[in-house]
Amino acid sequence: VEMTRKQLADGVYLTYLPARKFKTSILSAQFVTPLRQDTASAYALLPAVLRRGTVTYPDMGSLEAQLDKLYGARVDYTIRKKGENQCVGFVASCIDDSFVPGGEKLLESVANLLGELICDPITERGRFVPTYFETEKTNLIDAIRSLINDKRDYADSRLLREMCAGEAYAVPRLGDEAGAEKLQLRKLYAQYGELIATSRLELIYCGSASMERVERALHAAFSTLPRETIRETAAVRPHKGRQEVLYVTDHLDVTQGKLGMGFSCGSSDTAALLMGNTLFGGSSNSKLFMNVREKLSLCYYASSLYHRQKGLITVSSGIEFDNYQKAFDEIMAQLSAVQNGDLEDWELEGARSTLLNAYSSMNDSQGKLENFYLGQAATGQHETPEELAEQVRNVTPERIFRAMQTVELDTVYFLQGKETAE
Amino acid sequence: MKQSFYERIGESVYRETLQNGLQICVVPKSGFAKKYAFFATRYGGMDTRFCLNGNWLDTPAGIAHYLEHKMFDTKEGNALQELAKNGAEPNAFTSNAMTGYYFDSTDHFEENLEILLSFVSVPYFTEESVAKEQGIIGQEIRMIEDNPDWQIYTRMLKALYSQSPARTSIAGTVESISHITAETLYDCHKAFYTPSNMILTVVGDVDPIHVVDLARRILPKEGGAEILRDYGTEPKEVAEKETSLAMEVSSPQFLVGFKCRSVAEGEDYLRAAVIGDLACDILLGDSSPLYQRLYDQGLINTSFGGAYEMMPGIAYLYAGGDSKDARKVKEEICKEADRLVREGIDQEFYLRIKRAAFGSNLRGLDSFENVAVSLTEGYFHGYDPFRFPQVFESVTVEDVTAFLRDNIREEQAVLSEIVPKEA
Repeated sequence: VEMTRKQLADGVYLTYLPARKFKTSILSAQFVTPLRQDTASAYALLPAVLRRGTVTYPDMGSLEAQLDKLYGARVDYTIRKKGENQCVGFVASCIDDSFVPGGEKLLESVANLLGELICDPITERGRFVPTYFETEKTNLIDAIRSLINDKRDYADSRLLREMCAGEAYAVPRLGDEAGAEKLQLRKLYAQYGELIATSRLELIYCGSASMERVERALHAAFSTLPRETIRETAAVRPHKGRQEVLYVTDHLDVTQGKLGMGFSCGSSDTAALLMGNTLFGGSSNSKLFMNVREKLSLCYYASSLYHRQKGLITVSSGIEFDNYQKAFDEIMAQLSAVQNGDLEDWELEGARSTLLNAYSSMNDSQGKLENFYLGQAATGQHETPEELAEQVRNVTPERIFRAMQTVELDTVYFLQGKETAE
Repeated sequence: MKQSFYERIGESVYRETLQNGLQICVVPKSGFAKKYAFFATRYGGMDTRFCLNGNWLDTPAGIAHYLEHKMFDTKEGNALQELAKNGAEPNAFTSNAMTGYYFDSTDHFEENLEILLSFVSVPYFTEESVAKEQGIIGQEIRMIEDNPDWQIYTRMLKALYSQSPARTSIAGTVESISHITAETLYDCHKAFYTPSNMILTVVGDVDPIHVVDLARRILPKEGGAEILRDYGTEPKEVAEKETSLAMEVSSPQFLVGFKCRSVAEGEDYLRAAVIGDLACDILLGDSSPLYQRLYDQGLINTSFGGAYEMMPGIAYLYAGGDSKDARKVKEEICKEADRLVREGIDQEFYLRIKRAAFGSNLRGLDSFENVAVSLTEGYFHGYDPFRFPQVFESVTVEDVTAFLRDNIREEQAVLSEIVPKEA
């Protein structure tokens, strides 16, 4: 899929991805703004409140009816963290024009709906509708609290909060409960006005329509978008490692322990770290999978993740409480193995093909393309999946070992059961 | 090889049945780099009691899932690693009624397909390797036991059914899997992993003839006998009306389940699925009056949703999410179903929902996984899922009303709740 990026207006960019092979077209509109503790919850609440109604479709019933008429088009609000930016907005999708019975055109209607949701919300006396605000505020607080329901996600998030305390990366995408509790109707409307006027708007389209048609539809849909001085987005600022490892333990009434480990990366050789992480714990061929799971039977899952937009690696695993030390030691031993080049050729080539496969199949999923290009745009990076693949193809074993030798343990998080809490 | 072209959805399927009984479906997708292969057996968590060589066998809960884990072991090592070497992403899942093995890859497709067909058809277990898996699956079971979504769903099925093996957890328990031996695994493989009980589906830009030739070359020449299974005789009544569990969760969650009439195989099965889904959307979908009312009253939030499901011998409709007053939501659902039956479903609303459901089915065809799993389920239940536009046309508003009248009734409803643990 050939990508074209074009500025449509002040701080408004279109990423155009033409493709005829899908039955679906997608159109995404995302405001990109630096992630901050004091605004995260407000910005997280905005798309949910906006999704409740527009001047033309003032309630859920009329809005959903319009979507049904557009052959089950969807408009989902999204709140994502890309590096140290918060991206909030809507992803819309509808069946591609070639499959609409009767030859009706859906793109323009869907673009208009997106434009209205963003520029023309239903208001009462110059504020959002109070009941919409209150309900969505409650829902946001519930959503923040419910992170604890999935213990794996909870442990992963707790690790990042502890490891990156003081950095924007520690702020969860929805903000925190205290921030959400403080949100006020009048103030939120002002924050809405500020967000849409001063933050960058990324528009992403993937489907069969021509670029001219997409541009025309977007110009019409967003003709009333206010534009003032546009704020810069946050560039990638790598996590600085600690002098001494931080150990954190939480206790909950659970049957399985969760071990999370965070590592700083001193190297900025992205391709080498991508490869190193895949070898370490990024696939079912990795050191962690083959040893912690298959050889020692310590867990069902043990995997690592390279946070390309923050320059750190995290490991996530679910284990028996008593196996903490065993699992910890084995994970560290496997990291050393990668650092020392204790690898066989097939492991290296397997990791390379895993990454290449992931990059080339990205073109087969509109959702993955949208998410990838939003991340790139938000963090000011410009490589296409093909270019990243090319870098991975050329990375040498020596570069991988050198980059992985800068990977150092920074924070250890353990979610314990309650019985042994004494 | 038979080729069918489905004009209304722009898809083709090549179908072939081999001498050994294996069904093969190939869905060509030009312009896509990814190729996806799905090799499945009609054998899942529900199939614990079956007849082999004239004897009825009772096998431990969780055995189909255990077998799935152990199939990746080969005499030479492990098939996961063999596939991963080629950059393929292999995996497998066990559901109530099937076990499926799959991979996707952009390069070396035929080589990977050969590995897939070989490791699934040739078992290799030792007592030692079987014992080793207890630790891994034990941790998988602990993980899902801590998962409220799993708990609430499993407990709903137990409340709905007193006899059906849908009650049994697919993964079994730490206790039940401790009885699994290499010998029982070999028996189950022999019974259910015969080509005549399986289907291979390939989606992507591939040559169907190569796929068929490869399957013919790798797989056993003979199919096995059909295996009789015992799913018990499920009474009409639910097993228990309410069930509740305290867990470390932030707020109460619930599922309401309605025990529905079971459905015959064949195209009726697809029709029943379409009617059940439409009924669910009309009754409580995002654009239904009930959803909007409950949402406005703060009784539900965006986590609320529902679906209609069918398994061998059973069918149910369920809905749930977070709520502070689950009983009230359940009551409102029953009342709304009564109202729809009494007053009739608004024709315009019905057509709108049908149009939206058609669009959502069409968009599902962009997912290779979804295409392969639908074709597999269709084969196991005797229908062609790509005929959904025709089936949509044949369904009427009266069908949906009849579904609501017969199935969405208070006496057939159960409530499963998860509540926060007291501090």
